[in-house]
Amino acid sequence: MFGLFKKKSSEHIKKTQSRQLIDRGILVFEHTSDVIQAETMLTKSGWKVRVMGPPPEIQTGCDLVIEIPLIEELNIMRELSQKNIIPVKMVPVDNPLLEPVSLFQNKDYGDFLMVRAANMKITIKKKGLKIVNISGGGCPDVPYLAQEMIGQTLDEVPHPKTLGHTLCGYALALAYEELCQQCSQ
Amino acid sequence: MSTMLAVVGTVPDSNFPLTHGQIQLVNNHLTINGQNIPIHRGTPALLAAAVKTSESVKGPDIYAFLVGDIGKGDGSRALYQFIVQNLYAFEFQSLTFHYLQPDVDWHNKTLFAVENMKSRPILIADAGYMYAAKMSGQSSSYDVFTPDAGEMAFLADEIAPHPFYTRGFILHQQNSEIELIKRAYQFQNASRYLLVKGSKDYIVDADKIIDIVDEPSFEVMEAIGGTGDTLTGVLTVLCCFDYGLAQSSIIAARTNRWMAYFANPCPATQIADLIEKIPDALSAVFEQSDVRSFVPD
Repeated sequence: MFGLFKKKSSEHIKKTQSRQLIDRGILVFEHTSDVIQAETMLTKSGWKVRVMGPPPEIQTGCDLVIEIPLIEELNIMRELSQKNIIPVKMVPVDNPLLEPVSLFQNKDYGDFLMVRAANMKITIKKKGLKIVNISGGGCPDVPYLAQEMIGQTLDEVPHPKTLGHTLCGYALALAYEELCQQCSQ
Repeated sequence: MSTMLAVVGTVPDSNFPLTHGQIQLVNNHLTINGQNIPIHRGTPALLAAAVKTSESVKGPDIYAFLVGDIGKGDGSRALYQFIVQNLYAFEFQSLTFHYLQPDVDWHNKTLFAVENMKSRPILIADAGYMYAAKMSGQSSSYDVFTPDAGEMAFLADEIAPHPFYTRGFILHQQNSEIELIKRAYQFQNASRYLLVKGSKDYIVDADKIIDIVDEPSFEVMEAIGGTGDTLTGVLTVLCCFDYGLAQSSIIAARTNRWMAYFANPCPATQIADLIEKIPDALSAVFEQSDVRSFVPD
């Protein structure tokens, strides 16, 4: 009796979850930099969107997608096309997506502070908040980002989301945001 | 020793054309086919370390396949295509793939091109190309991967297509590298050998840890961009000698640490300042090492 109840309950939960999940879709873009632009624009406009990992069947190697509420698809697509950021496709999703890393690690070197997100690390000199090093990562924009950011302060450096094009660039942007938040406290 | 070794990677300059040829280090710049490349992190740091190492140990000439790419992937795809179409005409003792846009399709075509070479070189994968190799499910086709601690967690996560998606419960195991190493081999996401860079460097042969190198130790190395690239550069040269990949990895790990010893780095030190110390570091390693010097009689 209890077993039967348990089974029914879990089926009910599964169906409920499935109904909830089918409310979501993902926007797939050609380049990660398009995703970053779209996310920045949609978030500014107040849409509740999240960047996520694509499902295995459409993974190519270095990609992000934007998860959207399906019911808002038309409005979101209209806004994106006004800014000329056109997704390759929109796919409804019924399975959990991979989540970007959300774990940050700090290393305090005395006069210097390093913050790490996923495989990317950014280090500043505490006095003056100057970026002194960027390490980790493996995508080709990492050396480029380092070249553009090292030597500048957290205030004056362009946001890595405006310079980066890959997941490593995105991870660096998260580390940068975390560092800015810590330094503003 | 005259046989060349080769490195495939990118330069952070979108105007840098696809080029290939022997690379040299002149006045703290790399030169290839008359073009200068500053030594910063990434493939230029790997190449500079490889040239310095090869000069020190009278090693082979170094050939590079390079293209400009700032992350848009266009340069990487052009270089992948060139490699796929032309690699069969080259012969190298070792071939190291480095900062390339991770792309599974191009990775697979590249691996086919390697199989079509007259003789199969030692294959080393690091950075973005290693991500693609893992995601393709063909890690075991490679001789050495050189992950850092974060990348080791990624290799251990059988479903993560990029370090950015490494699941939290695996990231939390970052202080237990041995578990991560086991897990990477369990799901066939590791090369035959692993050189895991970190506060302790693990040298692994087919899931057996054969050495741990942890001296001298400089915590600030983690903050300095390019210290992983130099390690891969030193290894790329050393593995062309007759010491085997395991011993070459051990000596490379020691050399990278002694390089730091001589540079006395702080978190703001730049990689070019460390690379200069490679000759001193190699001498120190050979003096203290149980292996004879690589310099031929």
